Amino acid sequence: MKDLRWRAALVLAVFVVALVYLLPTLGEELPEWWIKFFPDKKINLGLDLQGGMHLVLEVESDKAVENTVERFAQEMKGEMGTAHIRFRLIERQGRDGVRLLLPKEQDWQQVADLLKNKFPLLKVKDRTLVQDQVEVLLRIEESQVSHIKKLAVDQGLETIRNRIDQFGVSEPDIRTQGQNRILIQLPGIKDPQRAIDLIGKTALLEFKLVDEQHSVAEAEKGRVPAGDKIYYSRKVDPVTGQVRRSAYLLKDRTLMTGEYLTNAEVRIDSQYNRPYVALSFDDRGGKLFEKITGENVKKRLAIVLDDNVYSAPVIRDRISGGNAIIEGQFTMDEAKDLAVVLRAGSLPAPVQILEERTVGQSLGRDSIRKGLISMAVGGVLVVIFMVVYYGGSGIIADLALILNIVLIMAALAGFGATLTLPGIAGIILTIGMAVDANVLIFERVREELRLGKTPRAALDTGYSRATWTIVDANVTTLIAAVVLLQFGTGPVKGFAITLSLGIAASMFTAIFGTRLLFDYLLQKRRMKTLSI
Amino acid sequence: MEFIKPDINIDFVGRRKFAFTLSLVLILIGLAALIWRGSSLYGIDFAGGTVIQLRFSSPTNAAKIKEGLKPIGLDRSAIQHFGGEGENVFLIRTDVSRSKLANLSKELKDNLERLYGENTVTVERVEMVGPKVGKDLRQKALLAIYYALLLIAIYISWRFEQKLMPAAIMAGALVLGVLGLRKVGMGIPMLIVAALVITMVCCWFLKLKYALGAVTALIHDVLITVGAFAIANKEFDLTVVAALLTIIGYSLNDTIIVFDRIRENLRKGKRREFAEVVNASINQTLSRTILTSGTTLAVVTALFILGGGVIHDFAFALLVGVVVGTYSSIFVASPILIAWEARLGSARVRATAKS
Repeated sequence: MKDLRWRAALVLAVFVVALVYLLPTLGEELPEWWIKFFPDKKINLGLDLQGGMHLVLEVESDKAVENTVERFAQEMKGEMGTAHIRFRLIERQGRDGVRLLLPKEQDWQQVADLLKNKFPLLKVKDRTLVQDQVEVLLRIEESQVSHIKKLAVDQGLETIRNRIDQFGVSEPDIRTQGQNRILIQLPGIKDPQRAIDLIGKTALLEFKLVDEQHSVAEAEKGRVPAGDKIYYSRKVDPVTGQVRRSAYLLKDRTLMTGEYLTNAEVRIDSQYNRPYVALSFDDRGGKLFEKITGENVKKRLAIVLDDNVYSAPVIRDRISGGNAIIEGQFTMDEAKDLAVVLRAGSLPAPVQILEERTVGQSLGRDSIRKGLISMAVGGVLVVIFMVVYYGGSGIIADLALILNIVLIMAALAGFGATLTLPGIAGIILTIGMAVDANVLIFERVREELRLGKTPRAALDTGYSRATWTIVDANVTTLIAAVVLLQFGTGPVKGFAITLSLGIAASMFTAIFGTRLLFDYLLQKRRMKTLSI
Repeated sequence: MEFIKPDINIDFVGRRKFAFTLSLVLILIGLAALIWRGSSLYGIDFAGGTVIQLRFSSPTNAAKIKEGLKPIGLDRSAIQHFGGEGENVFLIRTDVSRSKLANLSKELKDNLERLYGENTVTVERVEMVGPKVGKDLRQKALLAIYYALLLIAIYISWRFEQKLMPAAIMAGALVLGVLGLRKVGMGIPMLIVAALVITMVCCWFLKLKYALGAVTALIHDVLITVGAFAIANKEFDLTVVAALLTIIGYSLNDTIIVFDRIRENLRKGKRREFAEVVNASINQTLSRTILTSGTTLAVVTALFILGGGVIHDFAFALLVGVVVGTYSSIFVASPILIAWEARLGSARVRATAKS
């Protein structure tokens, strides 16, 4: 008797705790005092159910190494100039090397000192004398290379997080995955394409001079003057959607980048009612910009963003005060997004989309609806069947089944696990398989009753014989579920979670829970016959 | 209520020749379909590519959509009606996986709306898997199958005889065997086959007849389900692999219950032919087998019919798997025990029966 009371208390306690965890998901608004003392987490819905975007990006971190080395090479030219050392050539070689040609051998010692002081990351790998000139090969060490790569991924993550925060997405999930990947999950996003554009822009802002001595047309035919490069501007016709490209011949040397930006915001041109982006630089940037514009009055300065020329205005006068503007034929949204990416800073290396999965909100809602309908239909079929086939015992099995579903849901809410569409399928499958335990027990009990045993004895034998079989028949499904949990991705993981929860819960409800009800009926109610 | 009368005695094992032939034919047809379909079996999870699900506001057809895709060079994509009758939903699948930031889905929508009119096309779903991720997912799926098989093989080698030695030998042979083969550089698909072969050989030499029966049954189930997929012109993706692993678990569950009953009846020690005991055990558990498959089948059918297009293939795999899993525990796993006994002579059976 006492034993019965304890078991009843346990089942009841489990049921109540489960309901407490489940309530936030079921209820609309919870009272203040509830939130204070009790869990208020709703079940997390996967992106396939609430709609949203899943992105896996790869940071081309080799590019970050290249950029660093390229910058070293540029800086080296400057340093050699200030130190009055003559050099024939300084260029990046491969991903992580710099090639140096010196006309005079006796300069070498001076160069070596300079390298040691100013460029400690570069190590001399090779030095050869070729017809009076010294050829030096410098390389960044492997450990530094991986450091730069890691930094690029971390910075990329940070920049993307900034951009998304400014774009305004609730509960974004952004993290690194593996060595050079970034995983982004944006639930409930309305305009996925805009988000992709925003996230994926390298946003490298450069100011370069237009080469007005040479003709663009000649350069396009393949005769590009030394130190120049062809860039294009892209203009999309808002009506036809056609893209017009026009070529610019720019000096390859970058005068200034966007690293000195402190702010970028959208303003409206009062004359044409067109949006433009206003930039402000910090002190150093302001001075640099002043120097550049002062030295190049009457020349054209191109504003290049991610290798696209946005505009190339003529510098009328020296510009002081650290402000500049970017004009172009923007729509309001484009201008806003451009300001966002400029404010958030540029990515240290370009990113590529490796995987994208976007589900519209309406499809997500549709999936929930269809999932719930199939769950209801399947559940009702099973419940009715059990009652018809096993009578009173069927009702007990059905109660256990309902408790089982409550437990799965509560566990999902409690553990903060994510419910996906395959996860709903897992619950549906559990409904079908959970009654298996009771079918096994009931069939066994029927056999024992046929042998002439009393209901009580039949139940005892039935439960004890069937329990072991049930437990380890479930082990095989559990093995599959656990392996899936390990190797599955998003939705499949959701399936593995509900399936394992369902199996675990069914052992409790179908064996322990139903036994309790039978014992209660037989002992307390002194039931003589078994409806089975 | 009862469907199956307690005194039922259907001669299942007597029909085993027919059942073997049927299974063999089904497997061969399935394999032929697999080979014929080749790499087109892979969904974009594994092959890489892009799937875009579009909803149109008015009825249309694949040919007209194709027309709309011509300007962006996607008219060679596979276009397929999706979802229920009367729903104007289409799937467009291309091999193109844009890793650059080209606005594929926007371009698609804009182009189609030029043909159909403003705001008539909704992009409901975009799934793009680049080749690198496709390869990763393939690897992941294979590893999942591989580890599941390894664990299950070790589990059942212990489960039926419950002797430590054979199970330990089996586990040792499997682990050493696959580790060795991995060192040699064997790919995962071959490793899976190797693990299966090692399991079968171990079962044979260690005389683990129950484990042998169970493993054969699960290979049988997976082969037939995969074959059915090939025939039904469906594609494999991660959720289907999840379904396959679930089927393995489910089918073993069924087999374990029949086998447990066989061993229980053998222990009772009535002097009977082994085949007779097996057949009686199948009949005794028949009611349970049919009921459980029935309830599982009922819910899976509900999912298959009502669950919507996204989950359709998953439900299909489960549907086939549950039916085949039930069939195999009666007609494949148990008869293998009989074949085993027949080969070793009936002396051992009598000895077992006496003890």
